[in-house]
Amino acid sequence: MVDIAAPVTAKSASRFRFIMDRREVLGSVLVAPAVLYVLLLVGLPFLLAVYYSVSAYSIYNPSWRFVGLTNFVQIVHNPEFLHTLGNTFLFTFGSQALGLVLGKFGAFLLLRPFPGRRIVRALIILPWAVPIALSTVAWQWMFDSLYSVINWSLIAAGIITREDAPNWLGTPHLAMLCIIVVNAWRFFPFAIVIFLAGITSVPQDVIDAATVDGAGFWRRNYQIIMPMILPIVAIGLIFGIVFTFTDLSIVLLLTNGGPVGTTSVLGFEGYQVGIVSGDVAHGAAISLFMLPVLFVVVIGMLRFIRRREI
Amino acid sequence: MKALSKTAGDVGFYGTVAFFVVMTTFPFYWMVITSLKSNSDLYNVTNIPFWFNEAPTLEHFKYLFEQTLFTRWLWNSLVIGLCVTAITLVTAVPAGYSLARMSGRSAESLGIGIFLTYLVPPTLLFLPLSRIIAELGLQNSMWSLVVVYPTFTIPFCTWLLMGFFKAIPPEIEEAAIVDGCSLFGAFIKMVIPLSVPAILTVIIFTFTLTLQEFVYALTFVSAADQKPITLGVTTDLVRGDVFFWGEIMAGALIASIPVAIAYNLFLDRFISGITGGAVK
Repeated sequence: MVDIAAPVTAKSASRFRFIMDRREVLGSVLVAPAVLYVLLLVGLPFLLAVYYSVSAYSIYNPSWRFVGLTNFVQIVHNPEFLHTLGNTFLFTFGSQALGLVLGKFGAFLLLRPFPGRRIVRALIILPWAVPIALSTVAWQWMFDSLYSVINWSLIAAGIITREDAPNWLGTPHLAMLCIIVVNAWRFFPFAIVIFLAGITSVPQDVIDAATVDGAGFWRRNYQIIMPMILPIVAIGLIFGIVFTFTDLSIVLLLTNGGPVGTTSVLGFEGYQVGIVSGDVAHGAAISLFMLPVLFVVVIGMLRFIRRREI
Repeated sequence: MKALSKTAGDVGFYGTVAFFVVMTTFPFYWMVITSLKSNSDLYNVTNIPFWFNEAPTLEHFKYLFEQTLFTRWLWNSLVIGLCVTAITLVTAVPAGYSLARMSGRSAESLGIGIFLTYLVPPTLLFLPLSRIIAELGLQNSMWSLVVVYPTFTIPFCTWLLMGFFKAIPPEIEEAAIVDGCSLFGAFIKMVIPLSVPAILTVIIFTFTLTLQEFVYALTFVSAADQKPITLGVTTDLVRGDVFFWGEIMAGALIASIPVAIAYNLFLDRFISGITGGAVK
């Protein structure tokens, strides 16, 4: 009996092994858990978000009643929402522009070898490494209405008096400036690192050849190096724009959307309506307004990179 | 004359470097100095804020550890980080390997697809995810974060590992297969031991990504004893309108230090990970 049963099990085991030894099969088995996880907890919620936005769902009344585009129409007709949309663009592109300029400048500084460069690089990277929520509360304390260190310095320098010291986070335009500055401060080290990675990837002989052909510093910089590093800068910019356009933490912690909604951005508004007020349908609809912008940015950049590579 | 202009140039250069360093580090200096000042020193507008006007004190740290849930938050973050790292490793290592070795357009699009999910913002998903979390019975629990955080750590780490596995020559596995190993056995016995540095990078980044996360934690967890450290420090040390600035800064400082160190050690890998295919 035994010697009859043994070959059978060996055969089925070898068949299993045979299947697992086929590259496509093993490949699919290995990639499946990751794909499933992402489909279940990114893909499914995404579809759910789309459905919420065309339903009347709220925490207090979880109804799946289909209401078409009513939510979107109501949102668009709300002047405050248009203001929020404008704020989001201003916040995103203002801080990215500031971050890019500072990043490019900083990258040029760090390109030149000098004693202590490694330490300087480690210190400059801090704003990007440290969790943004934690550094934001430090900024909040620095912008404090009464104990602001910035105001103290301005007063000590004789630029302003204590009576007309600005309330940074309590004045509409200043509050907007503050969230832009904090976000630029957070992202420019990332821009530095991206620029550095790009510039050091340009072969030295290309630069040498250009120098021999008589290209000066600016010409080398803008006609040789910049075009060569554009793909990598584009990748960095995708990250910067996507994460800023959808950001919630800086606004929530620094200004809480205030004063009177003047620093409200899409992510914050979606949170306020969908989570705090429990109006899930409108919250989801507000969040979905991010999507077309993100699509345009990501597709545009990817096409741009692909064209560069050919 | 030339030496003079060189010195002037040097002064300008180092001056600019110093400006950049002050700009990036001042908020952290501010955390340190605030966390060590006594309250009477802190809340006096006539004092010079940049340095101690009274003797430095550890009272804020003492309060933080003894009177608040700070140690509990540290522990929560550690548990969340460890669990998410385990989930990420188990799924991302095989996936990264598979995507690196599979050829053809479908594998390539699958790789890009997984990477793009890293860009799907939390502010788009938190509403439906909060309902899913409620369905799972995990609302207001730190375990909801263990379930949700892999949605961004898996894509990121899969992408990172894919690049790494591509750099390992396939001949290594082929030699093992000739010696009688199965395809899967070759992956476990030959490729994994070679990938220890990459796996270490993944562990560090998964951990730091979970520490940096704020939006999901804010929306899913409101019970004070379930919060991770970043959320606890920023939202739970405020009583009504009163901010405990000394304690907040002390907590922020403690939570920042490990992340800052980890980032600096693994920065180059991080950059090559996200820029991936853009530089050849």
